[in-house]
Amino acid sequence: MNNPLTEKLFELLKQVSGFIYPNEIEVHWGILVVVYPYLTGLVAGAFILASLVKVFNVKEVQPAYRLALLTALAFLLIAPLPLLLHLGHPERSYEIFLNPNFTSAMAMFGFVYAWYLMVVLVLEIWFTYRKDMILWSQKERFLMRWIHKTISLFSKDVSEKGAEFDKKMVRGITIIGIPSAFLLHGYVGFIFGSIKANPWWSSVLMPIVFLFSAIVSGIALVILLYMVITPLRGEKIDIKCVDKMASFLFYAVIVDFSLEMLDFIHRLYESEESIKILGELVMNRLFISLGVIQVLLGMLIPLALMVAIKLFRFDEELRKLLYFVSAILIQLGIFATRWNVVVGGQMFSKSFRGLTVYKMELGGVEGFLMTLVLLILPLVTLAILIKILPPWDSAKADSVEGGPGYQKLATD
Amino acid sequence: MERRRFLGRFFANVAAVTAVSGFFRRSFAGSKDYDPTKHYYGMGIQVDKCIGCGRCVEACKAENSVPKEPFFFRTWVERYIIKKNGEVTVQNIDSRIEKSNETFAEKDILRSFFVPKLCNQCENPPCVQVCPVGATFKTEDGVILVDDERCIGCRYCIQACPYGARYLHPEKEVADKCTFCYHRITKGMLPACVEVCPTQARIFGDVKSTASPLTRFKRMNKLHVLKPSLNTEPKVSYSGLDGEVR
Repeated sequence: MNNPLTEKLFELLKQVSGFIYPNEIEVHWGILVVVYPYLTGLVAGAFILASLVKVFNVKEVQPAYRLALLTALAFLLIAPLPLLLHLGHPERSYEIFLNPNFTSAMAMFGFVYAWYLMVVLVLEIWFTYRKDMILWSQKERFLMRWIHKTISLFSKDVSEKGAEFDKKMVRGITIIGIPSAFLLHGYVGFIFGSIKANPWWSSVLMPIVFLFSAIVSGIALVILLYMVITPLRGEKIDIKCVDKMASFLFYAVIVDFSLEMLDFIHRLYESEESIKILGELVMNRLFISLGVIQVLLGMLIPLALMVAIKLFRFDEELRKLLYFVSAILIQLGIFATRWNVVVGGQMFSKSFRGLTVYKMELGGVEGFLMTLVLLILPLVTLAILIKILPPWDSAKADSVEGGPGYQKLATD
Repeated sequence: MERRRFLGRFFANVAAVTAVSGFFRRSFAGSKDYDPTKHYYGMGIQVDKCIGCGRCVEACKAENSVPKEPFFFRTWVERYIIKKNGEVTVQNIDSRIEKSNETFAEKDILRSFFVPKLCNQCENPPCVQVCPVGATFKTEDGVILVDDERCIGCRYCIQACPYGARYLHPEKEVADKCTFCYHRITKGMLPACVEVCPTQARIFGDVKSTASPLTRFKRMNKLHVLKPSLNTEPKVSYSGLDGEVR
């Protein structure tokens, strides 16, 4: 057998340092499995930002509320794709739903995903937009009219009472949604944190670190999207909204950083059997992605920038610039975080005697180009969602007071 | 009356479903008369007897159609060279890897030995715990198998195995591992690696039996298993195992 895989493995074998178990030469979870927790993290983070508005009444963030919800939905719709592409037998993936093994954290994927998508996100978005969709459909032409009519499930109630009910539902769903968002990303952390065979992963802090890094990346993404989309629409950026989001981002980064430092110090202090190989891993294989990108660029510099904003009275334009730069650096940093967990955890041998290597390809299913596509796809999905459900044009109810359907449903 | 009819129908349906699923369930045993409840398998490895000839590896690859390339093994042999200065070198003995032909000056060597490795057929197998679809499972006679018609190729089991005993079969795209040659042992034969070992470094047997080579091995030796702290409870035990082996 002389296929590209074995050729590649022969090449990699020359770069292995020390001893690895012979089966360990192939890195089994590559870039696609890095993309998956990155995407779900963005979903959980964006949702938690949105829920600040509804549950904790943070009014300043209201302008970004619907955008955050749609962002969460767009990324959630694409999130399973990298996993599916990565499977050896994607055509059997339905087995996870039909035939789940209840002791497997991964098997819970189907349930957590379905719960989050159907019960939390779709429902919350539906109640948020229901009245608007009815009002839009009354003024629209054929195609959009029917799209809105269909996704509003032909609801016709535009009464005050109905809107009040929507609000109540949204609040209720958000209250369920916060623990669900914790569950969604905490569970991804558990997939790694519960593997006792791998000392780089096996940590009770893993789900919590995942969660806070998710919140960090999600808020940073919504800030970026809001700051890019608003000027494109010819509107003015609401600096109070950005200030507030950045403030939450700042606290989330501090918690995330503290947790990661705690994990680091704890490992160093306990200094277990694996400490030597993990030290080599960090100093050799992960020096750039962990030391430089994740910690320095992705955390310390954005933290310094945000501290500077809090300490000095910068004018609006400079603040916007610094927020934007911080948010981009944080995205880079969190992607590196996912990389360091997923790929980093496979760069050392479970014999603790050697380091292996990972080479990403350019093309192919597990390649760089596919990764780019998978990272752009959620943005395309978001663009479509924004087209269908514009997050900023809340329709005015008074325009159809007493319109068709109003009377009938109001008396129900 | 209504309830009785319902119950009758219910049980008829259950029986039908069971019969149908029984028909579709794959049998992994080599012989029809084989009763898995009467056996429980394990292996003993005498480190001091292994001469590192690698016949077990070749026999395994031939018997189980394991790809020839040196990245896919159901069993392999590690060579440990512990030098007087405390330096430890470990190699995978395989004629296809240049590195494993490396030689060392005799005067520098403190001690040296070979360690055959394979799936430990754990009593608490982490691979079975994590498999999302139950494609990898423990048989009644204690062997961990993979149903390659159900495995989705997610590779979680490979990550969960502390011993590096699993690989993804490059053609079948499913997880693959040592089965103790299940197709042979259920016919009363020995696993291929045990059969070909010229020094009887590998001893296969039934842990339930009172008079088997494995029982004798367990009675006559101080035993150890790999990575006991992980509580996987391996059914492969080693005599004369060095502390450097992980």
